[in-house]
Amino acid sequence: MTASVLAAGNIPAPHVEYDLVAPLLLVFGTAVLGVLVEALFGRRWRPRIQVPLAFAGLGAAFVWTVILAVNADPHQVAAEGALGIDGPTLFIQGTILVLAMLSMLLIADRRQDTFAAQAAALPGTDAEARALAGGSEHTEIYPLTLFAVGGMLMFPASNDLLTMFVALEVMSLPLYLLCGLARRRRLLSQEAAVKYFLLGAFSSAFFLFGIALLYGYSGSMSLGDIAQVVQTGQTIVPEEVVGRVQPQEATEALLYGGVALLAVGLLFKMGAVPFHSWKPDVYQGAPTPVTALMASGTLVSAVGALLRVFYVALENMRWDWRPMMWAVAIITMVVGSIVAITQTDIKRMLAYSSVAHAGFLLTGVIATSENGLSSVLFYLAAYGATTIGAFAVVTMVRDTSGEAGHLSRWAGLGKRSPAVAGIFAFFLLAFAGIPLTSGFTGKFAVFRAAFEGGAAPLVVVGVLSSAIAAFFYVRVIVLMFFSDPEPEGPSVVVAPATAAAVALGLAATVVLGVLPQPLLDLAGQAAGQLFVR
Amino acid sequence: MLSALIALPALGALAVGLLPRGKDQLAKPIALAISVAVAVYAIVLAFGYDTTSAERFQLTETYWWIESFGVHWALGLDGVSLTLVLLSVILVPLVLLASWTPADRYGGASTDDVPERSAKGYFALILFMEAMMIGVFAATDVFLFYVFFEAILIPVYFLVGRYGGPQRSYAAVKFLLYSLFGGLLMLAAVIGLYVVGGRNSFLLSDLTGLDIDPATAKWLFLGFFIAFAIKAPMVPVHTWLPDTAGQAPAGALVLIVGVLDKIGTYGMIRFCLELFPGASRWATPVVITFAVISIIYGAVLAIGQVDLKRLIAYTSISHFGFIVLGIFAMTTAAQSGAMLYMVNHGFSTGALFLVVGFLISRQGSARIDAFGGVQKVAPLLAGTFLVAGLSGLALPGLSSFVSEFLVLVGTFSRYQVAAIIATFGIVLAAIYILWVYQRVAGGPSLVDFPDLSKRELAAIGPILAIIVALGFFPQPILKVINPSVERTLTVVEQNDPQPTVAEAPTSPGVRP
Repeated sequence: MTASVLAAGNIPAPHVEYDLVAPLLLVFGTAVLGVLVEALFGRRWRPRIQVPLAFAGLGAAFVWTVILAVNADPHQVAAEGALGIDGPTLFIQGTILVLAMLSMLLIADRRQDTFAAQAAALPGTDAEARALAGGSEHTEIYPLTLFAVGGMLMFPASNDLLTMFVALEVMSLPLYLLCGLARRRRLLSQEAAVKYFLLGAFSSAFFLFGIALLYGYSGSMSLGDIAQVVQTGQTIVPEEVVGRVQPQEATEALLYGGVALLAVGLLFKMGAVPFHSWKPDVYQGAPTPVTALMASGTLVSAVGALLRVFYVALENMRWDWRPMMWAVAIITMVVGSIVAITQTDIKRMLAYSSVAHAGFLLTGVIATSENGLSSVLFYLAAYGATTIGAFAVVTMVRDTSGEAGHLSRWAGLGKRSPAVAGIFAFFLLAFAGIPLTSGFTGKFAVFRAAFEGGAAPLVVVGVLSSAIAAFFYVRVIVLMFFSDPEPEGPSVVVAPATAAAVALGLAATVVLGVLPQPLLDLAGQAAGQLFVR
Repeated sequence: MLSALIALPALGALAVGLLPRGKDQLAKPIALAISVAVAVYAIVLAFGYDTTSAERFQLTETYWWIESFGVHWALGLDGVSLTLVLLSVILVPLVLLASWTPADRYGGASTDDVPERSAKGYFALILFMEAMMIGVFAATDVFLFYVFFEAILIPVYFLVGRYGGPQRSYAAVKFLLYSLFGGLLMLAAVIGLYVVGGRNSFLLSDLTGLDIDPATAKWLFLGFFIAFAIKAPMVPVHTWLPDTAGQAPAGALVLIVGVLDKIGTYGMIRFCLELFPGASRWATPVVITFAVISIIYGAVLAIGQVDLKRLIAYTSISHFGFIVLGIFAMTTAAQSGAMLYMVNHGFSTGALFLVVGFLISRQGSARIDAFGGVQKVAPLLAGTFLVAGLSGLALPGLSSFVSEFLVLVGTFSRYQVAAIIATFGIVLAAIYILWVYQRVAGGPSLVDFPDLSKRELAAIGPILAIIVALGFFPQPILKVINPSVERTLTVVEQNDPQPTVAEAPTSPGVRP
């Protein structure tokens, strides 16, 4: 049949709504341009071109997203049903773009020499010195980051499972590479890259198998079709064979197996327990700017995709998946909070804190209501900004061997650099959810949604794990302010771009804590549109 | 305007905190001037308070804050909150005055271990704490109350953790974790109350009188009550207070024990009783039992203390037992007594901590056995210690007596046994106060230090004057709080039991 169609020359050209997918195309286009820059320009020129190019691409995509959100009715599927462009998606994409720009500030800060000059060169060796003297820099970081960001934008917008899988891989592959590029502690960094890659590949396989089972169940990849099959119990018949093939009873076992495997893939990306074990290693080993991008952008994207799958495709079977998500949310909150207590490395601690926050986000997801959706959207934006700010501070606290990762090195920082330590303490308080910070507003929003959704026990577990989590956040504050400084403790290196990222993160944390109404409105409007099918 | 009353110390704290390096000494007069201005302003506002008005809250203001959560910036004062705000604003300038020199800070250990004090930071934190204290009592929106309730932890945490004794960081963390634990439980209850209320509003007026399913109400009550019991603090969740008291600087302790802990008892009246009347009645037997245990246990442990500040902390636990007993006895007399006690305890404990702070800063130790014969070398200091102590043991003529008496009388009319056991608290109070006075001020002179300076006298004098004045003439305060008491009791639907004169011979303890 294919041959005959080809012969007739009447392949229908896919219809793409370019205006709706423009943000994606802008980011991917800039990434491709970046690759060309790598190929065509000399070493000295590359950074000078790559950095403005990356910001221009992200900025333009953000502006376009805003225009889409403001203008007309974006509530529709685009690109032959492959992408859904709707309120929540635009909110998530806007958030990812802002967070990507903040992370890009960290990545582009060349004074911090975070990245290896050459993947094979050890720090402080002649090889590295030669590479640096030759002006060698990993400028391919910029196109790689942009590809990852493009994948992040596409992941939550995917309206069918195949597109979602492609987006997942486009997002993940560059991140695996980026993880291995830390200048200091190369082995740790490479270990992180390999671990992330292997575990990521595993979870992708689960995800793919889940897709296969769901296709077997429903006869379609589209989220909307799956939702329909869940409702009717009859499989979808492809258009070309309508009439010749009768719909069949859908097999429930395939559905449950598919949902479970799909959830594994999604929960892995957001780092929920028991799929969290990659997080501490990867967050610790990766260059800190990349960690910041992963802790904010990837999380937002993964939660966005999770929301779309569970709110669109599986909404009608929420009574079936809720118990599973309850269990995951509870152990994620509890394990994340408790294990974080024992950490001695600041980045590992933040990684476990991110695990705990994934749990708090899940309480909002479980609500499956408009409030649940809008609260999760708000939480993501607030948490992302704070996280980047916190990791930016981590890159600033340095000693002779690079970033001072071990917590004991942070002792007495409050005496040496009160401003930086004070800001970091504020970020920690925001993570802990103290009022007048964005963390509190976000936590309140998801807990309220969960309570309304009848998940009161989940809220109680949530507040109790918040109390546990507060312990280790406070411990760092104690260390910074109430301990005596080490004689040769780290110093704070302030570079302009990093400082800008810290300032923006701080501003977002304060404003969203004190005057959250505008963003809450925005999230509410976005959520009010619901996901398109 | 109440907003201005909160903004003034908050902005003052910011201004003091942002003073350039090296201007440390300038911070003190500025902070003092601001706190005096706040006190004057609050007193002026208080004169505008109309005790005969039918309006429950006065000086109200209500604006939207976070509309999607139904949160208002809503402030207002009724009798209880007015008196507590006044208590706070009067204590703050005196505390600042008493904390003038760096010596006023150690937790009673050797000074080597304690780093240089930044006066700027200390005074800014106290002012910030004042703003939060006013906010917490003035908030008439449950969410806003919660925000102040939690935000106040931050200045206290740093006051204890940066300016305390050698174990300061342990004490600060213990304080913070206890309070956060309670606060987060309350957060769950706050959210639950909001959802149950279903009116998209956190205003107290929208949340009172809800028809809540009794089982749910009990859970919500517990969420609030545990938070307040930790704050108050009641046995068995009191252990943070002695540790905090042992380490915190005496000046900050005046505010922590004198005012901050009142948030707990205030919260019990305003939220536990009024929002969940049914659940409150359900919990009363247990609460009263714990209150009585607090009275006796706190007093017994106070007797055994060797550290002056820890001793006062334990006496406070005993006194808080009286307050909680009065609140949950739910009779007019007991509850008026409890509310009055909140004010009186603030002043008398404040006075005790100030005097003890003076003693410690002179001797460099908080241990009782480091003192002796103070009345020979510093008669004025010893005298103020005695008066403050006697107020603590509720001597007739000093303010605490009126309130303690009212609590016991009011409790007896409903819970005889509890009242009788609680009375032993008074006996024990006499032991711990008089014995500590005897050891510190009596006997051969072990110490040699100067008497009270004019600055110290200016700090302690007004409090003692207030203690005596309220001891003889508590009427102005009772007049302010009585309408609130009546209102609360109407909400909990508890009438005073009929006087049982005829049966008097058969009931124990009233024998002629």
